[in-house]
Amino acid sequence: MITETGHFVLILALVLAIFQTIVPMYGAAKNDARLMATAQTAAITQFLLVSIAFGALMHGYLVSDFTIKNVYANSHSAKPLIYKISGVWANHEGSLLLWVLILTMFGAAVAVFSGNLPPTLKARVLAVQGSVASAFLGFILFTSNPFERLNPAPIEGTGMNPMLQDPALAIHPPLLYAGYVGLSVAFSFAVAALIEGKVDAAWARWVRPWTLAAWMFLTVGISLGSWWAYYELGWGGWWFWDPVENASFMPWLVATALLHSAIVVEKRNALKVWTILLAILAFSLSLLGTFLVRSGVLTSVHAFANDPERGVFILAILVFFVGGSLSLYAWRATSLKAGGIFAPLSREGSLVLNNLFLAVAAFAVLTGTLFPLVYESFTGGKISVGAPFFNMVFGILIVPLLLLLPVGPFLSWKRANGLAAIKRLWIAGLAVVATIVTVFVLKADGPWAAPIGMGIAVWLIAGSLSEMAERTKFLRSPFMTFWARLKGLPGASIGMTLAHLGMGVTVIGIVAITAWKQERILVMKPSESINFAGTQVTFVSEIAGQGPNYSAETGRFDVTVDGKFVTSLYSEKRIFQPSGTPTTEVGIHPFWSGDLYVVMGDAVKTGGRTVRLYFNPFAPLIWFGSLIMFIGGMISLLDRRYRVGAPKKAKKPTLQAAE
Amino acid sequence: MRFLVAVAFLVLSFTAPSLAVQPEEVLKDPVLEKRARDLSTELRCLVCQNQSIDDSDAPLAKDLRILLRERLVAGDSDEQAKSYLVNRFGEFVLLRPVFALHTVFLWFGPFVLLGLGIIFLFRQKKRKPKTKAENQLSEIEQSQLKELLDGQKN
Repeated sequence: MITETGHFVLILALVLAIFQTIVPMYGAAKNDARLMATAQTAAITQFLLVSIAFGALMHGYLVSDFTIKNVYANSHSAKPLIYKISGVWANHEGSLLLWVLILTMFGAAVAVFSGNLPPTLKARVLAVQGSVASAFLGFILFTSNPFERLNPAPIEGTGMNPMLQDPALAIHPPLLYAGYVGLSVAFSFAVAALIEGKVDAAWARWVRPWTLAAWMFLTVGISLGSWWAYYELGWGGWWFWDPVENASFMPWLVATALLHSAIVVEKRNALKVWTILLAILAFSLSLLGTFLVRSGVLTSVHAFANDPERGVFILAILVFFVGGSLSLYAWRATSLKAGGIFAPLSREGSLVLNNLFLAVAAFAVLTGTLFPLVYESFTGGKISVGAPFFNMVFGILIVPLLLLLPVGPFLSWKRANGLAAIKRLWIAGLAVVATIVTVFVLKADGPWAAPIGMGIAVWLIAGSLSEMAERTKFLRSPFMTFWARLKGLPGASIGMTLAHLGMGVTVIGIVAITAWKQERILVMKPSESINFAGTQVTFVSEIAGQGPNYSAETGRFDVTVDGKFVTSLYSEKRIFQPSGTPTTEVGIHPFWSGDLYVVMGDAVKTGGRTVRLYFNPFAPLIWFGSLIMFIGGMISLLDRRYRVGAPKKAKKPTLQAAE
Repeated sequence: MRFLVAVAFLVLSFTAPSLAVQPEEVLKDPVLEKRARDLSTELRCLVCQNQSIDDSDAPLAKDLRILLRERLVAGDSDEQAKSYLVNRFGEFVLLRPVFALHTVFLWFGPFVLLGLGIIFLFRQKKRKPKTKAENQLSEIEQSQLKELLDGQKN
């Protein structure tokens, strides 16, 4: 009964979404306040309906109702509670339902929090949101119904992919989807603005918080995925340029560009046409990512669905929204021209360069991801584009961006004095030189690029701090003045400093693990020891054990440094029931200088086990840096200017007209 | 069918990710071993999704690693060892595609776009933007403005 209710309200949600697409849009065209006002109610109700549907499916998982095909195929009664919950979205149908849930949540949030939007813009934004929801609700109901029943009902479910039974991966999809789908708001605003034919500073100010929120979720979602790969896949890698990773990385790059260009629209009323395009592209890449992952066109661990019918449906959605919005753009964008003038060397100019490099980097990732597909469909030949290609091309494109990054915030709007900006970065420059020399001396045998990489990281960190020091008159004025200025800094400014600094921290981790990773592969027998990366690792014993839904062989490794006991690491080989698939759990000890990473492998015929030891210097900084970026985004989001900036009164005329 | 085999391998290779290079595969000569490892990261495990033979523990990847080491021990240069594998398995084995006519777009596309972008920017900057009055307020906004101004007077 609960399941049927879920199915039924999902159908209602689709009908409502179609209503939300058509009626407010028509109302806005006719300037009919009553019709426009329906958008708000529709958006909120739709969110409630989808929540009920989602709750119904969740209920099926919690009580292990195997009469539901989706639960049968993806769950098991012995699964721990958290994976019963995350099991809801660890499959094709459920993850799409989550997608729509988050989409309607953003729609409802726009309806609730945008009281000060002009009524026509608000109606149109919500109508576009409704159209996206219609498409995906239609997709779910017609091709991927999660509420399908089974008769007769099986006794037990087939279980969930053991690889996905992990805390980080349980929350990775919701975060990533919040990022993907959050970009739909920027998209809806862009399309609505194209229809209205008007983009101004207020528009940018409304769009920025939504884009920022989406960007934060993407940042933390991608970062969690990468962390998971690091400790779960068991060979110490953290980024593989897998098409699925690229699918989330491209929207991130474009969203980053969009965040920066929206600032120019807001502050200087320039770059409007470009910003609209970015907003469209960012969500288009999200849709493309959904298509790539969901259609099974690239078969990899994430591609659960291999049904061509679904592929064609998603492709149709993709073509409609991307093609439709770009056509609208081509038709209407010219009407937006105008805006502030600026010299090439200015804050605006630096942000344009930032956008250019980010957009081209996203394009390079896109080309590399799709090239094998396109090549095969045109020539029939098979070609691989893998990590070596991406590292090289992406590296070439991203280094200039990182070098220019600390300079930008020192440039003034309209026309800047480049020399003065560079001069104010002299301390940062000095820190860079010191870093390069130190690293070069300490790691004389290391790769030649490593000191330069570290130099870039320090450039980012010191450059960001210099900007903040400049603003707060650090050390140039009494401490109290500095403190007062620091407290007075707008959230957006602190957020920027943190985000840029976080990037630098991430770069340290990336450079260190790439340049100085140590690895050792050997056979160890119990009680054998080995000296590795300044530690002594002893393979103590292996014990057989039993988890809630798996059996395990656990290897214990004791780590000592200079004869002093540090920790015991456990690496496990698990065999999951009922599928019988094996997974590996890695033992990691974080030293200040990096991670000691121990993997126990298979038993060797001659006795003992294959063991892999890694030392990954500064590896945690990769994810710690993205956490700092996330916090920066959060502080920026809390900037009260976003809440009190636009006039509050706008609500009134709408209400009056509605009565 | 080939697809199913690929999926089967994929499942195996992804769910038993523990060990790629096995101890017995490692060459005695550390220089040669280092070359083998570096080359391995550039060669695709043909039955896997986007995994190099260095990362994969599919049986085929193991065969390729051993084959590669045999070639290096026999005295092949890096390029010779690679082209030996390309001759047998096709370009698909290379994770870094070759520079050639058919990959021109892949390799140079982004840089051409970057160049075009820079040229466009410079040309754009030279032309003076046509500033159009676009700060006109809508009717509702005008009524609100009036309301605000009236409110202040009172």
